[in-house]
Amino acid sequence: MDSQLISLFLSFGLFASLLFIIGFFCILVSFNLVRVLIGVELLIKAVTLIIVAAGYVSGHVQLAQSLIITMIVIEAVIMTIAVGIVVGIHRKTNSLDVRNIRNLKG
Amino acid sequence: MHLNLFLLIALTIASIWTVMTRSLIRSAIGLALTSAILTVIMFRLNSSLAAVFELSVCTGLISVLFVSVISLTQPQTSKEIIQHMKSRLARFWYLPILVIVLGVGISVLIMKLKFAPTQIHLEPDVRIILWHLRKFDILGQIVILLAGAFGVVILFRESEKNG
Amino acid sequence: MHLFWLIFLPFLSLIILNLLPKAINKRISFAWASILSLMQLVLVFIPGCGSCGFSVIDSLSLMILFCIGIVTFVTLFVSRQFINPEKFGNFVNVILVALIGMNGAALARDVFTLYVYLEITAVASFILIALDKDLLGFEGAFKYLLMSAVASVLMISAIALLLILTGSTNFSEIHLALASPEKNNVMLTTVTIGIYLVALFIKSGLMPFHGWLPDAYSSAPATVSIFLAGIVTKVVGVYALIRVMISVLGFNHASQTVILLIGALSVILGALTCLTQSDFKRMLSYSSISQVGYIILGLGSGTPLGIAGATLHIFNHSIFKSLLFVNSAAVEKQTGLRDIDKMSGLAQKMPITGISSILGSLSAAGLPPLAGFWSKLIIIIALWVSGFYVYSVIAILGSILTLAYFLLLQRRVFFGKLKDEFVNIKEAGFNLAFPMVLLSVIIIIAGIFAPLILDKFILSFTRSIGG
Repeated sequence: MDSQLISLFLSFGLFASLLFIIGFFCILVSFNLVRVLIGVELLIKAVTLIIVAAGYVSGHVQLAQSLIITMIVIEAVIMTIAVGIVVGIHRKTNSLDVRNIRNLKG
Repeated sequence: MHLNLFLLIALTIASIWTVMTRSLIRSAIGLALTSAILTVIMFRLNSSLAAVFELSVCTGLISVLFVSVISLTQPQTSKEIIQHMKSRLARFWYLPILVIVLGVGISVLIMKLKFAPTQIHLEPDVRIILWHLRKFDILGQIVILLAGAFGVVILFRESEKNG
Repeated sequence: MHLFWLIFLPFLSLIILNLLPKAINKRISFAWASILSLMQLVLVFIPGCGSCGFSVIDSLSLMILFCIGIVTFVTLFVSRQFINPEKFGNFVNVILVALIGMNGAALARDVFTLYVYLEITAVASFILIALDKDLLGFEGAFKYLLMSAVASVLMISAIALLLILTGSTNFSEIHLALASPEKNNVMLTTVTIGIYLVALFIKSGLMPFHGWLPDAYSSAPATVSIFLAGIVTKVVGVYALIRVMISVLGFNHASQTVILLIGALSVILGALTCLTQSDFKRMLSYSSISQVGYIILGLGSGTPLGIAGATLHIFNHSIFKSLLFVNSAAVEKQTGLRDIDKMSGLAQKMPITGISSILGSLSAAGLPPLAGFWSKLIIIIALWVSGFYVYSVIAILGSILTLAYFLLLQRRVFFGKLKDEFVNIKEAGFNLAFPMVLLSVIIIIAGIFAPLILDKFILSFTRSIGG
């Protein structure tokens, strides 16, 4: 594989990894459930960037786009279900604090 | 050629702002902003169809979803908010520093980075033909949309004894 | 071509069942879904389904499809006892979606299609765990969702890297491209394999990524626990892992070492944690982690014998774990308890439950002539023959620990003196007793007839891996 293309991919990959770290940080440190979901969304953005870059670098732009479109549909549905669960938790405990849902002893 | 680099840095800054800003509504707006910047990057990388999809679904639908969740759940009292903000700052302050250090460190030490598009060999395939190849993914999309519909029906229905 | 109907038929049923008026829907949805799952058992045995357009179907997929059929049928049967008839239509809808997802994952020959159908199954699981809408259910569903989303993100990153390395998402093309090392960037390949493996470890619930599993299993409603433990986490986790390792990534020394290590860790730590639990379902969940570790040990040996043993253990684990969870559901329904410290002597009042739980436990521990013995034996032999003596010994040790904690469970819950408050309980109803008897019979038959079919079974693996 052409090393130029690899380094092009790695540069996009670096920023995608930074987005990954930001997303993970958001999930681990947040106290609010909705913010945890925002962290998950950021992870998904990072991975979309990786696929776009991979498609661009390997020349399979069309294949990458169809993968992205499918992925976006799937992640939209997962977010909807996640929001449903969060609303359910809110109805039961009247708060969105992550620390309230540590009832199960892991 | 540095437009790509600029866009990527803007993406990172937008996402850091999304995480660190104190109110949830601003976070949701920050998420929409991050999606918009990502869409522009996707356009520049020749993925126009996916970019439009990303714009409409992620920037539009998901932001509407988040704003509606935030408005469905009750706000805290002002005393709690101030306490909360102080503890937030204590937890989150080292994130931007971490990101900048990592980013600059890795790029300087390890890699020779380039952001300019070189001549890329594009597939001559037409999009329609590609969808024929990925029929089962389309079936999967339809099924997962149905599943989402069932989930919404099951999860969002008020239970009678809950009042 | 006929295996496609395993996906289309549930899909068409979903649409048609929802268009029917509510009264008819309530009555036929259970029957039709049960027929679909039973059909799955039969379809699998029709010979000559070699090339089906998706591509070649091998014995791994056939075995998984068979297990999916059995466990779905058992779940639907048991659900008649637990699910409110008003909500039955919705429940069957979500089960059908999960069925589509699992069948699609079993038949997929493309890494991205595999991902799509795994996500479908995951979405169905989230909805099922939160079905009762109690706080614990929501909590379990949320934790599972979070870990599953992280695993999915890692998996897609690995797929993107595979796209760069090999230019395709098809199993056979990637396998071919990865097998010729001179064209490839070794560092990138190693990173890709590592990321993919971590994603699948999280989805399988192996140590140290098991955080979501006990919570998800124990906070789900009783019926859903049977479904999840019996088949869903197996398809989404270990089946995907085995499929990816043998059809896509191929074995090399580093990945084998990692897999063996994590398998051994899960076997031992899962068994040890199991000894300290006092909740029936939590104990069974940690036992699941331990047994899945066994399957991974079989995979890690890298030989067709080991992989055949792993697949056989998947089958055995679906059967005996579903049986044990049905027992737990029966006990919970009749006594209202899940804390085993508070129970004793139940076998006198619930004989079917008691006997079937003994059969399930002994099969799990690997006692002859029950089914579990054969699969554990094959895994241990495969490890010994490939030179992994230490892991072989660990596997034997794990077997002893398994026997220990299951005997503990039996003694506490079913034997001993009957406590006063349990004098009035009766055996669980037909809806629970029939699946228990059915699964026990399958364990006994599979145990007795195993030697006869093993040759054919192992040979078919040699073909699919060597080729």
